[in-house]
Amino acid sequence: MSENKQNSAPKSYLEETGGRKGIFKWILSTDHKRIGLLYLYSIMAWFFIGVTLGVLMKLELIAPGKTIMGAQSYNATFTVHGVIMIFLVVIPGLPAVFGNFMLPIQIGAKDVAFPKLNLLSWYIYIAGSILVVSSLFAGGGPPDTGWTFYAPYSFKTGTNMLPAVLGAFVLGFSSILTGLNFIVTTHRLRAPGMSWMKLPVFPWAIYGTAWIQLLATPIVGITLLMVLGERIFNIGFFDPAKGGDPILFQHLFWIYSHPAVYIMILPAMGAISEIIPTFSKKTIFGYRFIVFSTLAIAFVGYFVWGHHMFTSGMSGTALFTFSILTFIVAIPSAIKVFNWVATMHQGSISTDVPFLWAASFIFVFLVGGLTGLVLGALATNVHLHDTAFVVGHFHFIVFGGTGFAFFGALHYWFPKIYGKMYDRSWAKTGWAIFFVGYIALYMPMFFLGVMGMPRRYFDYLPEYHGPNIISSLGALVMVTGFVIMVINLFRAVKTGEKAPQNPWGGTNLEWQISSPPTLENFDEIPTIDKATYKYD
Amino acid sequence: MSVVHRDDIGSKLGMWLFIFTEILLFGGLFITYVVYRYLHQEAFHLASQELDVAIGTINTIILLISSATIAMSITAIQQKKKKLTLALIATTILLAIVFLVNKYFEWGAKFEHGIFPGSEYLDQLGFGDVLFFGLYFFMTGLHAFHIIIGIAVLGFMYYYVKTDRLTHDNFQLLENGGLYWHLVDLIWIFLFPLFYLIA
Repeated sequence: MSENKQNSAPKSYLEETGGRKGIFKWILSTDHKRIGLLYLYSIMAWFFIGVTLGVLMKLELIAPGKTIMGAQSYNATFTVHGVIMIFLVVIPGLPAVFGNFMLPIQIGAKDVAFPKLNLLSWYIYIAGSILVVSSLFAGGGPPDTGWTFYAPYSFKTGTNMLPAVLGAFVLGFSSILTGLNFIVTTHRLRAPGMSWMKLPVFPWAIYGTAWIQLLATPIVGITLLMVLGERIFNIGFFDPAKGGDPILFQHLFWIYSHPAVYIMILPAMGAISEIIPTFSKKTIFGYRFIVFSTLAIAFVGYFVWGHHMFTSGMSGTALFTFSILTFIVAIPSAIKVFNWVATMHQGSISTDVPFLWAASFIFVFLVGGLTGLVLGALATNVHLHDTAFVVGHFHFIVFGGTGFAFFGALHYWFPKIYGKMYDRSWAKTGWAIFFVGYIALYMPMFFLGVMGMPRRYFDYLPEYHGPNIISSLGALVMVTGFVIMVINLFRAVKTGEKAPQNPWGGTNLEWQISSPPTLENFDEIPTIDKATYKYD
Repeated sequence: MSVVHRDDIGSKLGMWLFIFTEILLFGGLFITYVVYRYLHQEAFHLASQELDVAIGTINTIILLISSATIAMSITAIQQKKKKLTLALIATTILLAIVFLVNKYFEWGAKFEHGIFPGSEYLDQLGFGDVLFFGLYFFMTGLHAFHIIIGIAVLGFMYYYVKTDRLTHDNFQLLENGGLYWHLVDLIWIFLFPLFYLIA
C-alpha cells in the first residue's frame, strides 16, 4: 500500500514499513506476510512454554512416586500443557502462519480478501491467549480438568476454569474469522488462469481446513458458552443433579474437537505435498487423488467424533457406526501416503533439510495412523482406552504429524520468508537429534499402554518404570535437537547468507518472486497457463 | 490513501459464511433442546404454557416488521433516497429496542415468580422444568445479545449513510448489516414456536 511504488524500486515487505516504527511496523500492518510472522512468533513463544510443561511432566514420570510435583500440580500441568498446545499452538499453527504467508502468494494474489479482518483475528488470538494464561495466576489455582473440559467436573472444580474456557471460546472466534478469510480469498482472488485444478496442493489443504474451521468451531463455541452458563448461572445443562446429561457435553465437544484434529493435520499434509515433489524433482503423483482425499477427509472427519467415547455407554449401533466411519476416514489418509511415496519413486531425490523433515513426517504419520486404527477398533479400544497408548497415538499424529510438517515447512519456506539461508549441516544435526529423541519419547508409551498404564496420573506402579525412563530421557534428547534447530534458524535470520529466489528448484508461484517478497508480492498479477508441479 | 481493494461479491460471500457459523452456534443449542424435549415431553409441554404467548407474538411481529424496514432501506439507498434510507434504519433500531423492552418485562415477570436458573423454586419443580427454563433463558438471552450487537451494527450503518460513506453505488456494507439483521430475525422465528407454541 505504498504511495510511491511506481517511482522507486520495490522494497521487500520486511523493509517496507508504511511509515510506522518499532513494534508498530508489525502490530498495525495488514500485510498478510507480516501477520503470518506475528502468528509465527506468538505461536513459537507459546510452544516454548508448552514444551517446558511437557518436560516437567516427563521429569515427574521418570520414577514412581512423587518426583518433582504432587498430584494436583501434575493435573494442572497436563491441563495447561494441553490447552496451550491444542488451542494456542497446533490449531492456529500451519493455517495461521504458513496459510497467511503462502496462500495469497501461491494463488497469485496481493493479499487475503479481508486484510483488516486478518489483523483483527490476530488480536483476538492474543486476547484469547491472555485469558488462558490469566487462569494460571488469578483465583483458585490453574485449571485441572484436562484440555477437554469434561462436564460435570469442569463446573464443579474450584480451580480457575472461567478464564480458560472463555479464552478457548475467544480463540475459536479467531479461528473462524481466519477460516472465513481464507475461503473468500481462495474463491475470489485466484490469479487469471488459476483454475481449481491448477491450484497447488497447499492452498487446497488450507481451503479444506478453512471449511472445517468455519463449520466445526461454532459447535465448541456454544458448548464452552454452556459450560460458562453452568459455572456462572448454575443452569444444569450437563449437571446430572439437575437432570442434565454430561455425555451430551462429550458429544458436543467432540463434534468440534475431532474435526479439529483435521484442522491440525490437513495443512500439514498440504505442506508435505509441496516439499516432496520439489525435492524429488517430479510432478506430484495423482494430483486429483490428493485434492479429493483432502476434501474427503474434511467431510468424513465430521462423522467420527464418537470414537472418543467408546467407553461412555453409547448404544451398540452408535459404536459400530462410529467405528466403521473411523476406518473409512483412514482410507483418504492412506491414499495420500501412497501418493507421496509414488511421487518419490524414480524421482531425483535430494535429501536436503526440508525433505528429511517430510520423510520423517511420513514415518511418524504412519505409526500414528496405524495405532489410530487399533484405537478405532471397538474390542481393542476397551483395553486401551485412557491408557498411555492413547497419549502415544495422539502425540504421533498431532505432534509428530503437525509438528514435523511445521518444522519441515519452516525450513522449506524460510529462505523465501527471510531471504536468508540457514546452516544446513546444523539443521540436519538438529533434525537427527530431534527425530531420535522423539521416537524414544513416544514409542514407549505404546508399550506402557498395552501393559495397562493409565494416562493422566503423576504416579505409576514399579513395573512400568523401564519404558518411562526411556521416555523421559527421550524428551530431553528431543528438546536438545529442538534447541539446536531454533538457534540455527535465529542465527540465520541475523547472519545467514543471502538466499536466491528459488533455492530448492520449486515450481510454484512463490519461487517465481523475489526472496523476501515485495509488499504486493507480484509486480503484476501473473497469468497461469500450465498445470502445477511441472518439471522439465 | 492507498488504492482500496473492493470486492462486493467477496464481501457478501464472507457475510454469508459468517451467518452460517452463527446458525451452527445456535444449532448446538437446538440439538440440546431436541434431546431434552425428547426426554421430558410432559414437563416441556406444561412449562411452555407458563410463557406469555401474547408478548411472544407481538415480539415476532416487531422483528418481522424490522426485517422488512431494513430490507426497504437497502432498496431506498439504491434509489438515492438518503433521507428515506436513514428513516428506515432508524425505524429498525427503534423496533429492536421495543423488542428488548418487551423481553425485559417478560423476563422480569418470570424472575418475580422465582423462575430463573439456579433458583430454589425452579429446582423444586423437577428436571424438565429446570432444563426448559434453563434453555429458555440461555437461548433467548443469547438471542437478545445478538439483538444488541445488531443495534450497534445498524447504528454504524446509520452513521455511514449519514456521512455518505455508503451511497447508491457502494452499499454492500448496508446489505451485509441487513443480512445480519435477517439472521437475528430468523433465529427468533425458530425460538418462538419452540418455546411458546409447541404443545
